[in-house]
Amino acid sequence: MSINQIDMLLNSMASYLKNKLKFQQRDAVLMIGIHTGGVWVAERLHAMLELSEPLGQLNIAFYRDDFSRIGLHPHVKPSSLPFEVDNRHIILVDDVLHTGRTIRAALNEIFDYGRPASVTLAVLVERNGRELPIQPDVIGCSLCLDSGKQIKLCGPEPLYLDYKNTR
Amino acid sequence: MNAIQLDKEGHLKHFIGIEGLKRALLIEILDTATSFISVGEKAVKKAPILRGKTIINLFFEPSTRTRTTFELASKRLSADVLNFNINTSSSSKGENLIDMLRNLEAMHCDMFIVRHNAAGAAHFIAQHVAPNISIINAGDGQHEHPTQAMLDMYTIRQHKGDFAPLRVALVGDIQHSRVARSNIYALQTLGVSELRVVGPKTLIPKGIEKFGVKVFNDLKTGLRDVDVIIMLRLQRERMRGALLPSAHEYFHYYGLTQEVLKVAHPEAIVMHPGPINRGVEIESKVADGKRSVILEQVSNGIAIRMAVMAMTLGTQRETY
Repeated sequence: MSINQIDMLLNSMASYLKNKLKFQQRDAVLMIGIHTGGVWVAERLHAMLELSEPLGQLNIAFYRDDFSRIGLHPHVKPSSLPFEVDNRHIILVDDVLHTGRTIRAALNEIFDYGRPASVTLAVLVERNGRELPIQPDVIGCSLCLDSGKQIKLCGPEPLYLDYKNTR
Repeated sequence: MNAIQLDKEGHLKHFIGIEGLKRALLIEILDTATSFISVGEKAVKKAPILRGKTIINLFFEPSTRTRTTFELASKRLSADVLNFNINTSSSSKGENLIDMLRNLEAMHCDMFIVRHNAAGAAHFIAQHVAPNISIINAGDGQHEHPTQAMLDMYTIRQHKGDFAPLRVALVGDIQHSRVARSNIYALQTLGVSELRVVGPKTLIPKGIEKFGVKVFNDLKTGLRDVDVIIMLRLQRERMRGALLPSAHEYFHYYGLTQEVLKVAHPEAIVMHPGPINRGVEIESKVADGKRSVILEQVSNGIAIRMAVMAMTLGTQRETY
């Protein structure tokens, strides 16, 4: 997928989100991106929606369910949520939604900071292969890939999608 | 010692001492600790990575700060913690150490945090314990206290950024101090520009120069222009014979006062591993003064201990 197409996806996500927030009458929303690709997507959306609160960043390394199998990633950047999440509407942003395990971990971490009023999930790419009952609310595009295929957002400048075979 | 501390891929399996560890690994410990700082800032001060793991604090020697920060670190990582105070347990009934280890292993534990008054105790236990258990040295005799050294490095990096230009002085009872020994290894590995030890001749081990340190017997000369001052506690419980005339006289010659502090770099930080003997090695005005980072060391100790625990238990990849 080319760079222009990524921009198109981001534009459509931003306008969909804008309408959705207007319809729900939510103005002071918070946005949180998941490291690393999710933060890049969130940075763009945050700018397009002209949100006033700073962007939050989440690193879910300490919440992964495969720690005992793969250990700790050596260069974990700390999470930073420079706001109170209690009773706030949150837009959680990631690059690719695949098994749903990352989102499960991210939700757990957010709830360790407080009790948000709601969480809306926005992803650039939604693909098949879900292992948990987690679905996105805002999607850039949907892809159907073989189970051996991986898709990853590379960046930050320019943003592009990279495919590879894991088998 | 590294043969036992590292696994085949070079990851930490036990944390027994700083000696011989590579710079990259020390930096990795500091970086990992940085990411754990944010856990302490959340409403729920927990991360679930060691959920279901059991950690035993095996303390053969009294300790408050080290034991409680290890306990807090374990709990912040969601592990279950047992505190074993050996004075009150079966070693006083005659059970030997290996028998005790076998019993603790039978309780399906994942990690022992060991403090002992004999040098090499943690290493001995690491050699004899079941392969799925990690050992962390929380101080063994006069040998090493590696997590203390790492939290000191963390505090130095937090205030000074880079290690390369720094002049660092370790002051006081070098002879009996495992903290001094671990700090010397760590500071040399991280590459400070100058490392000094300052104290009376009776409390500085002979031949210490071979570790690349400069020896000073006069406090003011030793502290001139230094960026970091690490004060050490006078370990009277480990002293045999007359090494010192009196605490009062020690303070007169080696106590850190505001007056003496003036010879150091104006931005110098003052550290102490605690517990501090006010009026013996350090004046209260300095210990509580604006250059003192002693309480920051305590807070940083939690993040460092979380990092070391996560890294050692994280290397135990499922092999079955």
